[in-house]
Parts: sequence; structure tokens; C-alpha cells
Amino acid sequence: MSKRRSDWQSRPQNRVRQWFHNGFLALDDEIINQVTKETLRMDSDSEMDKHQEMLDSHRHERTLALERLDQYNIQAWANTRGRKALSRIYVTISFVLAFVMIFFLLRTVATMPRFSDPNAPTNNEVMARYIEKGLEETGAVNIVAGMILDYRAFDTLGESTVLFIAASAVLILLRIDRRKDGTPVQELIAAESDDRHYEPRSDRILQGSAKVLVPIIFLFGIYIMLNGHLSPGGGFSGGSIVSAGLILYLDSFGFEKAGKFFTYKTFSWVSFLSLSFYAIAKTYSFYCGANGLPSGIPLGTPGAILSSGLILPLNIAVGLVVACTMYIFYALFRKGGL
Amino acid sequence: MTFINIFLLGMLIVCALAVSLTRNLLTSLIVYMAYSLIMAIIWMLLESPDLAITEAAVGAGITSVLFFVTLKKIHAIKGDSDHEQTQK
Repeated sequence: MSKRRSDWQSRPQNRVRQWFHNGFLALDDEIINQVTKETLRMDSDSEMDKHQEMLDSHRHERTLALERLDQYNIQAWANTRGRKALSRIYVTISFVLAFVMIFFLLRTVATMPRFSDPNAPTNNEVMARYIEKGLEETGAVNIVAGMILDYRAFDTLGESTVLFIAASAVLILLRIDRRKDGTPVQELIAAESDDRHYEPRSDRILQGSAKVLVPIIFLFGIYIMLNGHLSPGGGFSGGSIVSAGLILYLDSFGFEKAGKFFTYKTFSWVSFLSLSFYAIAKTYSFYCGANGLPSGIPLGTPGAILSSGLILPLNIAVGLVVACTMYIFYALFRKGGL
Repeated sequence: MTFINIFLLGMLIVCALAVSLTRNLLTSLIVYMAYSLIMAIIWMLLESPDLAITEAAVGAGITSVLFFVTLKKIHAIKGDSDHEQTQK
């Protein structure tokens, strides 16, 4: 250890460094000596004080210069060898993590049962019950809708709430507010000018095709939402299709026209009413089901549009929440407001 | 049928690799949309049309639109060449 240390001290670059530092110190000492000699020659106290101040300032400059040198050395190290070492560590860690993940995933896939194996653990009595009695118990021709909005409605409530919370978080993070007296802040002006630069308002091709497409998209989305218990689809997919139509409308006609029918108030009221309706309706039906009481909700004839009890209104509620959430995501991402 | 399945799965792998290997962000985004569309077709072949509709609407539609807006905000999409040409 001591040998290595002496080696290090006798290396030429270290000697250069020592010489550099000593030179610094020697120079400073010289200045200090000179100044003290001069002060000794001084008689009055005020001159002494003045020179004392000079001395202090010299010392201060010396420490500053030393600090600067240290900072420079650290920066140089971070820019060359430090960065190299860090990137090497990052690459190693990411490779190790990726291979560990691949190993575990492959092992899991290798131990899984074959696709559509009748003896697989997923093919149990729960699934048989859904398929055999689903139509009778929920009244929904589409078994998937009966599953997610009747047997497992609590999951869907959680999903809608998660979407609503995500929209609220994005609202808090990205919204640019006006001042209290209604004048726009600097960021809002900047965002609007940036938006105008990138989004040409009077694009005739876009507006013409939007005029044709938006009603069709709305109709398709509403159809999927309302027919969720009869055919593939449901609240979530229908709501996202409606929100895609809303986004197309906003893109082609601008924020002013879209703001006439969709504001923050619309968003908060529609989301609040849908979610609370969902929660209250499902609470009622869970309460009745758990206590063995008749819920009094008619299931209707399977296949008719007004059938399957609560599934149709719940689909509408979920679809409204999803449409509002996706639309407000887009508006906030683009301009930080509606 | 199996040929279509194998072709679609192969395209899926190609798309997944292309998304991570392309340098241009706009290109990788469009490849990502193609990935979602292929996934929607695969859901359809696996007889789950509910998932296919959702995948096409959310995966290919709304997620990509949000990505486009974000790329525009961070100026990763250069829209200036058109402007300059029309101004000249």
C-alpha cells in the first residue's frame, strides 16, 4: 500500500500538480509577506486596517481559485472517464435485467398449459356456469357484456374510477389557468400561438371529410354502446370510438366550436353523474343479491334492445366516462385546456 | 388459416422490432399503429371481437393520437418544411 502511494506521489503528473499547487501557495505567501512588510512600515492604525483587508481579500481569492480548480477537475472527470464508467454500468445493468426478464417469461410460457386444453385450470366450473346460465341470469346475449357488467361489475367500476382519476391527474398537471380577472397568463398565450402555428384552422380537405365522417363515427360509437348486451362491444369501446369522433371534430373545427358544447363543467358533471349512477345502481343490486332479495329489475326478453336489466344503462354510463376522459386527455395534451 | 396466423405473428414481431430500432420517432409511431391493427386482426381470428374493437379504437386510434400530440409538443415532428415551401 505504502509502496503504491509513494509510486503515485513520484509520478510525473502528480509532481506537475504539486509544483502547480506549491507555486500557487508560494506566490500567495510572497504577496502576504510583502504586504506585511509594507504594513510594518505603516504607522497609523487606519493604514494597518486597510492592509489587513487587503490581506484578507488575497487569502479569499486564493481559496476561491483552489475551489475553482477542484471544480474544474471534477467536471473534467465527469465528462470523460466518469461518463464512460456510468454508461458502462447502465448498459450492464439493463442487459442483466432484460435477460433475467426474458428467462422468467420463457420459463412461465414453457410451464403453461396448451392453448384450448380442456384440462387447463382456467376451464373450471366458473366458466361453465358463465356459459350455461349467463343468458338466463343476466339476460345478455353477449356473454362478455354479462360477465363484465353483471358478474364482475365491481371490476368495471374500478376501471372507470381509475380512468376518471387519471383524467383528474392530467388536468392538475397540464391545465393552464387564466388569471382571476380573466386575462390569459403568458404560458397560455404561448401555448395558443404554438397551437395555431401547427394546426391550420381552415383546412378544407380536413373539414370536408370531418363533416362526412364525424356523424358516422358518432352513430357507430353510440350503436356499439347501446348494443353492448346484444353484440360485441360495450361501454368502453363505444366510448373510445365516440371520443375519437370528438377529437376529429376538435382537430378540424378548432377549440372555439368544440368549446360550445364541451367545457370543464360538462366533463365534471357527466363523469360525476355517470360514476355515481354506476356506484348506486350496483350497490343496490349487490345488496339485493347478497341478501337473497328480489331486485325488481326486469330482465326482459333476451335479444330485445330493452333487456338484460342494468347492463344497458351501465354501458351508457361507462361509455360517457370513457368518451369524456379520452377527449379531455387530448385537449390537455394539445393546448393545456379546453 | 394457419398461414394467415403465422404471417400475422411474423409481422407482429417485425413491427415490434422496427418500433424499437427505427431512429425517426414519427416512423416508429406509425409502425406502432400498424402493430395495433395487426393485433386487432389477431383478436378477431381468436374469436374475441370485443377486444378487437377496443384494440383498434384505443391502441391504434387514441394512444397514437396522444403520441402525435406529444411529439409535436416536444418538436420531434418537423412541420416547418411545408411552411417554408409555401412561403417561397
